[in-house]
Amino acid sequence: MNLHKLSSRLCPTVTQKFRHLQIQSRGQQLEAVGVETESTEQNPLSVFRTSEQDPTYHSERHTGQYYTLPAAHIQKLFPHGLPPRFQLQIKTFNEGCVMVRPPALELISYLKKADYSKPPLRYILYGDVGTGKTMCLSHALHYCYTQGWLIVHISDAHLWVKNCKELLPSSSRPSRFDQPIQASQWLKNFKITNERFLSKIKTTQQYVWTKRERTEKGQPLGELVDQGVNRMKSSSDVVGAVLRELRLQAGGATEGEGAFKLAVAVDGLNALWGKTSLKKEDRTMCEPEELTLIHNVRKMMKNNWSGGAILTALSQTGSLFKPQSAYLPSELLGEEGFDNMEPFVPVSVSNYNEKEFESCYLYYLDRNWLQHSHSRSEEGKKELIFLSNKNPSILERLCAFL
Amino acid sequence: QSDKFVSAGPQKFTQEFIDKQVEEFEVGKRHLANMMGEDPETFTQEDIDRSIAYLFPSGLFEKRARPVMKHPDEIFPKQTAIQWDAEGRPFHFLFYTGRQSYYSLLHDVYEKILAIERHQDKMRNKGLFTLLTGSRWLLKEEIEEYLVENISDHDYVRLIQLMEKLLSMPYCSLEEEFILKFRKQLEAQSSKHEIPALQYDPQGVAFSVADGRRKTAKASITLRDSGSGNITINGRNYLHCFPLLQDREQLMFPLHFVGMLGRFDIEGSVEGSGHSAQAGALRLAISRALLSFVSEGEVERIRQAGLLTADPRIRERKKPGQEGARKKFTWKKR
Repeated sequence: MNLHKLSSRLCPTVTQKFRHLQIQSRGQQLEAVGVETESTEQNPLSVFRTSEQDPTYHSERHTGQYYTLPAAHIQKLFPHGLPPRFQLQIKTFNEGCVMVRPPALELISYLKKADYSKPPLRYILYGDVGTGKTMCLSHALHYCYTQGWLIVHISDAHLWVKNCKELLPSSSRPSRFDQPIQASQWLKNFKITNERFLSKIKTTQQYVWTKRERTEKGQPLGELVDQGVNRMKSSSDVVGAVLRELRLQAGGATEGEGAFKLAVAVDGLNALWGKTSLKKEDRTMCEPEELTLIHNVRKMMKNNWSGGAILTALSQTGSLFKPQSAYLPSELLGEEGFDNMEPFVPVSVSNYNEKEFESCYLYYLDRNWLQHSHSRSEEGKKELIFLSNKNPSILERLCAFL
Repeated sequence: QSDKFVSAGPQKFTQEFIDKQVEEFEVGKRHLANMMGEDPETFTQEDIDRSIAYLFPSGLFEKRARPVMKHPDEIFPKQTAIQWDAEGRPFHFLFYTGRQSYYSLLHDVYEKILAIERHQDKMRNKGLFTLLTGSRWLLKEEIEEYLVENISDHDYVRLIQLMEKLLSMPYCSLEEEFILKFRKQLEAQSSKHEIPALQYDPQGVAFSVADGRRKTAKASITLRDSGSGNITINGRNYLHCFPLLQDREQLMFPLHFVGMLGRFDIEGSVEGSGHSAQAGALRLAISRALLSFVSEGEVERIRQAGLLTADPRIRERKKPGQEGARKKFTWKKR
């Protein structure tokens, strides 16, 4: 759609393209891309876009290019998952475009090759502030979604350890604390993302919530989720029950009906083992262990189940009591977290390289985001490179007021 | 109700009305000529007056009351057309002064004066201007030396005024050599800056070292050639050191001014003061290091851009009897 419009509007020559972008790897890219449609060949501006919408087929030749997230998928898959600035960008540009980057491709290739009869592999995305860890995670999640996996996505674990208005003592266990609002919010989002699975999965055990409410064995998961959404008091326990069910059943059943792969995605992993800023009633600090939600998620992180993958990303921006220069897993997770998460597959995310910066710049130009006439010149581009040091989030903030 | 009493003003005649009157006059003139038996083509105003006096004799004493046939331009007073458009906006920009034609005339005359002055300037600048920039009048002591006489300040000032008057004339280039005797060249300021030496790495990469200071912050950097624009400060990336855009822009300024943004690698260390002062110190150090990579004319340009001046502002001392350096205690009248 966009490509055809662009190609009909412009009629450039190939030489213009060469003058415009001075990247080495372009040579190889041209050979590989030569097989593709003519419009991408002749169109200098759409070199940064790819028509491949399915993350399954993204490969190295797509690095640096933007692919569009279908709007239906955004609504279903990421009701709460995308970073707020990216959501604003989607709203402004009327489309959600994600850049294909090496860390994400690496992650997806691991996911493709992994053996799902064994315990799940844990992947940790780590990197400097603003380099795109959450975006890579979302890309990988999109891949899982298109493959038909069941997604358990915790968009930001930091939200559960700070700024909680209501902290109730847990109904089931005396030493724990519940967070009804956060839990029911998460259950609602879970429902939106995984609608089609809710009727297929059945509970394996009876759960008693109060004297009058109970969920029998063999009930569809949808009922359990509804129970949590409607009854706020027991919503945290419901979350625990849901996670437990999924753990037990993921990949277990080999019949066609019940088989599904489970993708557990946690952003802001370091929140699970750091400190909280919540206080108990007697004004002492809460440990993350004592929060039901955190406890249940920690259980998910252990690899004592099979048939899925655990994708996580660290985040320094929301973390409590950690210095700003810390970005390595050992620094942010702390000793306890590191021991818990060992062994894991680390994937590092870094700033844009030249090619990715080029394509980001072209994308903004294409969307008419860079209004200042100086930013279109070579000088302006050099200034942008200098000022942002090719860091994605800083570049985005810079261009926002240009 | 007050609308009823507004006077309509002098009666306005539209252009069509006047045109019609002119037509009728012409036609009437020809008729009159026919009547009098004369040639309509060569019928002048005097002939018309004579004919009317003959055809309509009048015994009135007042000459202006007697019947008259004149061209409508002389009869109908020359009136101003409607001054404003349909929305009520006046056409002329001086309408609201009340006398727009008079003021616009003054305006035109002044514009002509200015044009002539500009022309004079142009003629004047041809001859002597290039020699006048970069030179100054001789000082009083130097004039005394030249004249071998003592002069007072007042005399000196008078002499300089007279020389300026001579310069202001358009054709002063005739007396060029005479005037130049009393002018002295200024030295170019840029030669006073010492340029750090350009050193060479074992690999052959050129680099230079420079220092900079701003408000208790001391910075020292190494500027390496053939790099890609990486900047490392105190071992960390400059994005971490200066999360504020303003500080990074300060770092960018010298490189951007010279146009060599992606060419150098910078490795530096700063200590002391706050983030803004550190950025300023780094900027000064970068500009000083850049001098060795840049040509003479560029050095002068950099100096004029203010990149090489060390910012002399420091924290002002707190005075006794006041809250801070300037802030006073609350003033009570009694």
